Amino acid sequence: MAQAISKHNGSSHVGLSQEFSAEMRIENVRKTYGLEPQVKVILDDCSFVLENRKLTVLIGPSGCGKSTLINVLAGYEIPNSGKVLLDGHPVRGPGPDRLVVFQETALFPWMTTFANVSYGPMVRREMGKKQLHAETMKLLKLVGLEAFADKYPSQLSGGMIRRAELVRALINRPKVMLMDEPFRGLDAMTRALLQEYYVRLFEARPATNLFVTSEVEEAIFLADRLIIMSNRPTRIRKIMNIDLQRPRKFKMLTSKEYLGYKGEALDILYDEAMKAFDSVQKGVKVDFLEAYSRAGNGS
Amino acid sequence: MSAPGRRTTRGLAIKIQESVFSKETYRGSATVIVLLILWETAAQLGLPVIKNIPPLTSVLDAFREVIFDSSYWGSWGASFHRIFTGFIVAQIIGIPLGLLMGTSRFFREMTLPVFEVLRPIPPLAWVPAAAIFWPTREMSIIFVTFLGAFFVLILNIVSGARAIDSRYIRAATSMGSRRKDIFWRIVLPATLPSIIVGMTVGIGLAWNTVVAAEMIASRSGLGFMTWRSYVTFTYPLIVVGMISIGIAGYISSGIIRLLGHHITPWLRTN
Repeated sequence: MAQAISKHNGSSHVGLSQEFSAEMRIENVRKTYGLEPQVKVILDDCSFVLENRKLTVLIGPSGCGKSTLINVLAGYEIPNSGKVLLDGHPVRGPGPDRLVVFQETALFPWMTTFANVSYGPMVRREMGKKQLHAETMKLLKLVGLEAFADKYPSQLSGGMIRRAELVRALINRPKVMLMDEPFRGLDAMTRALLQEYYVRLFEARPATNLFVTSEVEEAIFLADRLIIMSNRPTRIRKIMNIDLQRPRKFKMLTSKEYLGYKGEALDILYDEAMKAFDSVQKGVKVDFLEAYSRAGNGS
Repeated sequence: MSAPGRRTTRGLAIKIQESVFSKETYRGSATVIVLLILWETAAQLGLPVIKNIPPLTSVLDAFREVIFDSSYWGSWGASFHRIFTGFIVAQIIGIPLGLLMGTSRFFREMTLPVFEVLRPIPPLAWVPAAAIFWPTREMSIIFVTFLGAFFVLILNIVSGARAIDSRYIRAATSMGSRRKDIFWRIVLPATLPSIIVGMTVGIGLAWNTVVAAEMIASRSGLGFMTWRSYVTFTYPLIVVGMISIGIAGYISSGIIRLLGHHITPWLRTN
């Protein structure tokens, strides 16, 4: 991985090391909503590690609590019990060391692309005006948006918005990036393009990343480690190490190793989907449509 | 990179030319002209009911007379003075109050019931109480004008501020915003479109209120002029008064639209 950093042509930002990445530990986290007697357990005894400088992908059936998990890691929601540790320090509330790229978009509609991307350092008064401008433009250039610096999000395409969102987080040099199904709702071409952008950015500066998705192909294409979640109550069903070589190329989607991982992951997801059907038969209340969509994920 | 917001004089001239001689302008004026012709012919033909309305020609004569009459422009001045005083005071009090109610649950729960009781009272129903309460008649008219613009503004701001997508607040918090930043850089701009809507509806209601209040409780302004024309049987002047009110309202909402266009550039469609 070290070669990948130095190979990337000398931009100071991308070259930065160690301190802008951290290990994240999730220990026995439990999160419930609602009050007795209608408590809904979303996460129960959830434990895993986001290894430093690794891209961890989390995949699981829709509605299994992936977004809740992101909210807990980001510090937006406090778990009922358990610990979230960033390099050994407990997480207390939101902070620029853990940034979320949200589902759909959370770019501020009233700010230009430039103002959006420069928001974090600007609000924390970290840089002088000149430096902020240079840094912002450098990142916009990196994702091909320098010509759109003065445009508002409503004037950008879906793919541009996601790229802007990506660098709005990156400019803060977060130790952990939390990607909450960031490419959901894009057409297949744009999605593939963004996966490539994202994986290039990661390979140039491998910081700890958590990428949540419900797409198996996307998951394996991006992942160093793949965590497969079960149905609710959500547990970790399996952790797979994806030893495909980096940089990742789309050609790999047809390679034997890739197909092997995909088959393995699909088997587990299919199994989870069947369980969802079984629980219907046992009379446990599971929405049929939800179960159906889970089956869809696995086939 | 081009500097944002800078336009050349030539570009501006072209822009004005484009907006003045646009299809919209032609279509709008065509309808106005057709209506004016229909009005005149209907009056000339003596159609029932319509013949009681003064014909266009006599209204135009009346217009020609008053246009050089300083008391006519005095009526404009009096109404505009009331509108703008009442409206601006409504903004000065209403915008901070609305934002406070929208963002603080405690404050909202404390104040909303009071608003919900006072809001359904038509501003005109306040006239007698206002006349007793305020030392001058002028003040009481300005007060009811204020009320006309005030409640709708508050309501719009509260619903606008409450509808802010929580992801914006979360994203801003994550990136290290202080409370002050959240307010000035997120909540306020996110609420601006609702503020503009509240202002646009509010200025219309302010005109409704001021005209009616002038008819019942004043000796000046466009509303009073229209009413006096009725009482003194100068019927063409009634129509002159009505059209003047219409134009005045159009100008006022045009100013608000222009303001909205400038402070919410991200909502422009092109």
